[in-house]
Amino acid sequence: MDLEFDVVEFAPSDHVQEGDTAPAFTRPLVGDEYWEDVPLVDLLEDPPVVLVFHPMDGSFPATYIWTEIADRQWHESATVVGVSISTPYAHKRLIEAEGLEEYRLYADPSNAVADEYGVAHDLEGMAGIEEPRPSVFVLDNEGVVEYAWVAGEWPEFPPYDGIEDAIESV
Amino acid sequence: MSKADPPITLYRLQACPFCERVVRVLNDLDVEYHSRFVEPLHSKRNAVKRVTGARTVPAIVDESTGVTMSESARIVEYLERTYDEGPTDAPSDRAGGEA
Repeated sequence: MDLEFDVVEFAPSDHVQEGDTAPAFTRPLVGDEYWEDVPLVDLLEDPPVVLVFHPMDGSFPATYIWTEIADRQWHESATVVGVSISTPYAHKRLIEAEGLEEYRLYADPSNAVADEYGVAHDLEGMAGIEEPRPSVFVLDNEGVVEYAWVAGEWPEFPPYDGIEDAIESV
Repeated sequence: MSKADPPITLYRLQACPFCERVVRVLNDLDVEYHSRFVEPLHSKRNAVKRVTGARTVPAIVDESTGVTMSESARIVEYLERTYDEGPTDAPSDRAGGEA
């Protein structure tokens, strides 16, 4: 059977690399009970920090990625936070729907954080909306990027085993 | 939370006029604070209930005095009593409220 579908290749991105210091930012960080402005640097007190950029809440990749992370219980060995363009209200619904009480998500509707990390892309067919391409950065206690993965095609899912190895070795 | 965080945490609801009243007083008094936003649904505000015993907002926690308080009129009165160093010539407005 010849399945006809297209996996879209992303153009190469000039993204944050291993060895770089992760760009600092402050955004509302949404937990299961409230949200508040939290600078990334505050999270470094509990390393390693795993920054997971993902498509907007409600998309199937967002659901898949969070289901996998929750199944693997990454919260036991890292501070894992998501970043998407969704609002705090949408993040709260995602946390509730997927049982993500051990995780928190940054709300970045402007996509400026993704832009800063070099992982922004325009959404074809959704005028005026850009969001992060799927990408994962593992940071040590000084905010240095120990591991970076950025999707090269769309959709592409994070290499979970490789990220786990990186979490263990930080 | 970093060590630079201000001692006052304000639990608030977006667009809640009683919360905005407290914000205005904090700003007028030049008191630094940190906002935590909660859900419109009362039943989802357990974080507030754990802190104050009630699910209403606004609520504040002032770590510098150990005071935890809800209900906007009481909060405003507390803030003015505690942080207003100038003469208190503002007209009294005790119509309280909560959301």
